Amino acid sequence: MQVTYRIKRFDPEVDKTPRFQDFTLQVGENDSVLDGMIKIREEQDGSLALRCSCRAAICGSCAMRVNGEPRLMCKTRIRDAAPEGLVKVEPMGNLPVVKDLVVDMGPFWQKVRAVKPWLEPPAAKPEREYLAPNEAMREVVGVVACIMCGACVSDCTVWEVDPNFLGPAALAKAYRFVADPRNTDNDERLKSLTEYTGIWDCTHCFYCVQACPKDVAPMERILALRREAIKHGYTDHNGVRHSDSFAQSVKDSGSLNEGRLAVETQGYLNLPALIGLAPVGLRALKAGKMPSPLHHKRPGASQVKRIFNELEKEEKTT
Amino acid sequence: MRYAWYPGCVSQGGCPELYASMVKVCSALGIELEELKGAACTGAGVLTERNPELADTLNARTFALAEQVGAPVLTNCSTCQGVMSQANAKLKADPKYLARVNQHLAPEGLEYKGTTEVRHLLWALVEDYGLDNFKAKVQRPLTGLKAAPFYGCYILRPTKVLGLDEKPARSRYLEMLIAACGADPVDYDGKFKCCGFPILTLNEKNSVNMVGTHTLDAKAHGAHCLVTPCPLCHLNLDGFQPKAAGLKGQQINMPILHLPQLLGLALGLSAKELRLNHHIMSTKAVMEMVNA
Repeated sequence: MQVTYRIKRFDPEVDKTPRFQDFTLQVGENDSVLDGMIKIREEQDGSLALRCSCRAAICGSCAMRVNGEPRLMCKTRIRDAAPEGLVKVEPMGNLPVVKDLVVDMGPFWQKVRAVKPWLEPPAAKPEREYLAPNEAMREVVGVVACIMCGACVSDCTVWEVDPNFLGPAALAKAYRFVADPRNTDNDERLKSLTEYTGIWDCTHCFYCVQACPKDVAPMERILALRREAIKHGYTDHNGVRHSDSFAQSVKDSGSLNEGRLAVETQGYLNLPALIGLAPVGLRALKAGKMPSPLHHKRPGASQVKRIFNELEKEEKTT
Repeated sequence: MRYAWYPGCVSQGGCPELYASMVKVCSALGIELEELKGAACTGAGVLTERNPELADTLNARTFALAEQVGAPVLTNCSTCQGVMSQANAKLKADPKYLARVNQHLAPEGLEYKGTTEVRHLLWALVEDYGLDNFKAKVQRPLTGLKAAPFYGCYILRPTKVLGLDEKPARSRYLEMLIAACGADPVDYDGKFKCCGFPILTLNEKNSVNMVGTHTLDAKAHGAHCLVTPCPLCHLNLDGFQPKAAGLKGQQINMPILHLPQLLGLALGLSAKELRLNHHIMSTKAVMEMVNA
């Protein structure tokens, strides 16, 4: 089949801004997008810069944006990516472009290193090998599947506005060690992950879940880390107060009480933050959209409360 | 057409203009709404994060109430759609789990049989009502209005659960409806991204930065307004736009319309009926442009 690749090119030594260049070529029906890219480099333009190695979705080198979405090029068939004969290939987002499709993975690795991606075993030398329970390892294996390709970081919506954010890959990696029963320093780890740039900065947008070619679901790991941090007593955070207030207001009335949520998230004693809410409240009041301070119970609120009580009790006993 | 309408907390709280415009638009289109007044909050992802089974049980209760009405659930909130879609997928895929969840509904004689479908107004209009039928009802084509779609994360991802793998066009429905109203959809980078609302109280700077980035991006592409099917996105994009303008150091002045408000304008409803004057960012420019 004949396909046109529309490739984003950028050579910092020549170009001021990136540009798109089209290459048309014949490819096999079962070829991957990467097969075509290599053919272009070998037959049409040897200066095309791209990273690739294993061609089998193991090494994680060839993550790029295919038709705007982060994909491993070796795991994406051309016939799926270019049903109408055109495929657009761009470098990953959120990382500086070195040349064409090659990005600088430096910031990615810096974040992974920042979460101490290693086990901290007990200080005393064990008498024999540690036999980890199957159940615990099942939880860890899902994250071990990560091949560090960077696809999740490419489209992370928080990293886009704040490159200090540790990001989905590093936080998933952190969870891999927190969930490992052989690890001993979870308190320290969770404490540092609760700080700015960590688990509470994730915005829940699902981009990383969608992007991951290995189904690691980094966002789910970040949420699991939040639960672990709370269990370890790291509860002095707006994220925890927000979650507690949200749950309490649904438990009490069946629905969310937005005014109460705004105040309780900041904390009743946090005067500067409460004063900071005033302009927003005044604007809402002026527009006639301030939620009523009298929050009414929904019909059936007593059923909702009973369900809360039952399931919260079950959670405590498990 | 008849639906078990789930208005959601925000349209009954911080965005009353959504509730009002939804009722007016559905009435104008002849869509019958049976409001699920006793349904609880979906948990908006927050309860799922704390206690997944609790959130799934509250949603199963809503689905059971819809089964009693005998109609699909209709939402007007991307977040409610996403949370309910995820809960429903889990409950339908695992009969043992469904049975366990049903035990918590039994004391009031409720049982979720696993038959409820959940549909956002956005999907219902394209897939059930039909774009041609909608176009036939348009009385005030919004000619010349450039409207930028802003979907909200929960109605897009994960694509497997939100049905986009089978129906990829769901990621173009907003553009299709904007065009059906006679307006021009604006393409820009931000349309599928996060509005920042979930981290508003956790990291306000990043949240507000997202508001500024996407509204300015839409503006740079010529948009006169943003249109969103998600009231949580609306709260942030509208309510925190003044702060975003401060952070970005430039005027934005981008009206943020709820989906039913845009549809209502095209159906000939008045700005007052659609409560377009109840926004933080003025919608006056849009009203003047379409003579509403």
